[in-house]
Amino acid sequence: MSAVPGIAGAVVPPTGIEGVSVPDSLSMQLPRSPGIWAQAWARLRRDRVGMVSLVVVALFLVLVLLAQFGVVASGWQKEVGVPFAPPTLMGADAKEKIQEKEATIPNVDLSDIDPLTPYYAQWAKRAGEIKTVVQVRQDTLPFGGDRIGRDVLAKAIKGAQVSILVGIFAAVVATLIGTVLGALGGYFGGKVDDFLEWIYNVFTAVPYILLIFALAAVFKSGPLAKVFEGGIAPVVIILGVVGWTSIYRLVRAEYIKHRSREYVRAAEAIGAGHLARMFGHILPNISHVVLVQLSLHVVAFIKAEVILSFLGMGVPIDMVSWGTMLNEAQTELVLGKWWQLVAATAFMAVFVTAFALLTDALRDAMDPKLR
Amino acid sequence: MLSFIARRVLQMIPTLAGVILLIFFLFKYFGGDPAEILGGLQASTAQIESIRKQLGLDRPVLEQLWIFVKQVVTLDWGQSWATKESVNHIFSSRLPATLTIMFPIMILELVLAIACGMAVAYVRGSLTDRAVMVISTVALSISFLVYVILGQYLFAFRLGWFPVQGWSNSVWTNLAVYAPLPVGLAVLVSLAPNTRLYRSFFLDEIGHDYVRTARAKGVPERTILFKHVLRNSMIPILTNVATQLPGVFIGSFLIEVFFSVPGLGREVFLAVGRSDYPVIQAVTIYLAVLTMAINLVTDLLYKLVDPRVVFK
Repeated sequence: MSAVPGIAGAVVPPTGIEGVSVPDSLSMQLPRSPGIWAQAWARLRRDRVGMVSLVVVALFLVLVLLAQFGVVASGWQKEVGVPFAPPTLMGADAKEKIQEKEATIPNVDLSDIDPLTPYYAQWAKRAGEIKTVVQVRQDTLPFGGDRIGRDVLAKAIKGAQVSILVGIFAAVVATLIGTVLGALGGYFGGKVDDFLEWIYNVFTAVPYILLIFALAAVFKSGPLAKVFEGGIAPVVIILGVVGWTSIYRLVRAEYIKHRSREYVRAAEAIGAGHLARMFGHILPNISHVVLVQLSLHVVAFIKAEVILSFLGMGVPIDMVSWGTMLNEAQTELVLGKWWQLVAATAFMAVFVTAFALLTDALRDAMDPKLR
Repeated sequence: MLSFIARRVLQMIPTLAGVILLIFFLFKYFGGDPAEILGGLQASTAQIESIRKQLGLDRPVLEQLWIFVKQVVTLDWGQSWATKESVNHIFSSRLPATLTIMFPIMILELVLAIACGMAVAYVRGSLTDRAVMVISTVALSISFLVYVILGQYLFAFRLGWFPVQGWSNSVWTNLAVYAPLPVGLAVLVSLAPNTRLYRSFFLDEIGHDYVRTARAKGVPERTILFKHVLRNSMIPILTNVATQLPGVFIGSFLIEVFFSVPGLGREVFLAVGRSDYPVIQAVTIYLAVLTMAINLVTDLLYKLVDPRVVFK
């Protein structure tokens, strides 16, 4: 047995030969060797940069969940401030002196020649019956307000929810496709592998961004546009369908390496079927590769979503993402209103940096040979 | 070598066939109805029927596929649905602008990335090295859009050093007046990731035995880096450039959109917005062929930089 004890599925139960099973009392006395995940966790905990970024990422994920369930930033569409309300730190804009000018216009009594005079009282009464709420708009907001006075902080949080969820879901889709196809191709080889390699070649022959464009065009006007109307599903599918190729390649290489290893042969000997060997025995042993790829793709897809949404091919217009915020910020900047740009950029930079550093730390922790 | 090229060209056929099938079925079954897009919102049923007939949409699927294949082989893509301009004319008239922007970007990127990667690899492990690595990690996490928005605002709108956007008919005016800002920004943005990447290429080589031997012989560090390590890192560098080259032809479409450069990238972007399928289909197939051709040329170049490479 060359496999490390503790790897799920890699250990043949010690009851292989009849009557020679190890008594429970004896196996209890043996020193327990930590499993691969426990070891990785121990290594990760020693990595200070990794732990800090883990905390930052965890905080963001909590924020995303809170926003998803409407606890925070649910009222991001409310116009709570004056248009372009500056951030609180800067103080309110000086009020323009329009009101005084209006007051200087003399109010001439025209009631004797105005044909509408008899109706004014009636209209005033009817207008009084309609209840109006005077919304108190704030002069300043913590992170400033946008063109119509929405809170930029709430938008950035809501945008974080949308952008991060798109990134994570798209990465999961891409990883699923890549892993299943890679497993099939690498494990079976032969015709199956040839066919999948052909598909891989086709997908990589077209530049990434062009494939995204083609899919975006199809999702925009095709029958699928109605199926997925509104919501993040189209972006997730586009990014996932386009982005699986590199994962497929890596997973396939791992399966080719593993398929003839002794523990897989042993699993075959005790009667494990193809599926059990592929996903029950080999997959846990290469799961570190898959996990690192997953988190690498989360970062890449968040960046891609931001660009797509900026161009108007991403999330629908009734949603906000960091990309749509940047889109609005582009015109606002010319007017000197920089806060939306700064808010979206800062949120994104912090999350993406933390996630990238966490990915590096994960890779180091899970594959100590790489160092 | 000739038989190698012949075999590689033959291997391209199934891949190209796959791309054709992918594009055909993607637009056939997942795309919108071309007749409805062409007819517009006010088209009557009879008009839509007649457009369907003109496009051959009423014929069996296999026959439609055959029409598409014929289009690909004869390079006759017909007209753009939106502007009635012939698709081939769109490509030939938009390509020069894209190349005017993208070739300077490619060349500057390559030269700067090699220089910076070398410099950082030279001082590897030092505080400068680590500082550069940290800065490039943070710089990488900020969206490309932010750099372009800020750069355009600062250098063009505020300081007025460059025009905010625009293009002219003269290549030299374009290169001298309109290209510098987009090119500069694109190169600046790509500097961080490229420096990181090229540093890792050089560090991989520095760990090899021949470097230790050269040092033991007393070869100066500079000679080792520029003569031995650089030459040996050419294979990963070439691979990297080759993977980026097809992108040159679609241009950094974001750059073109931001700076109103009438290039191919912007054209494709507009085509997506107007559901202009012929343009999208044509550019996809052209670029697939180009990607495969570039891959072949790259493999041939490997032999040039490393004589040990044998063609199988």
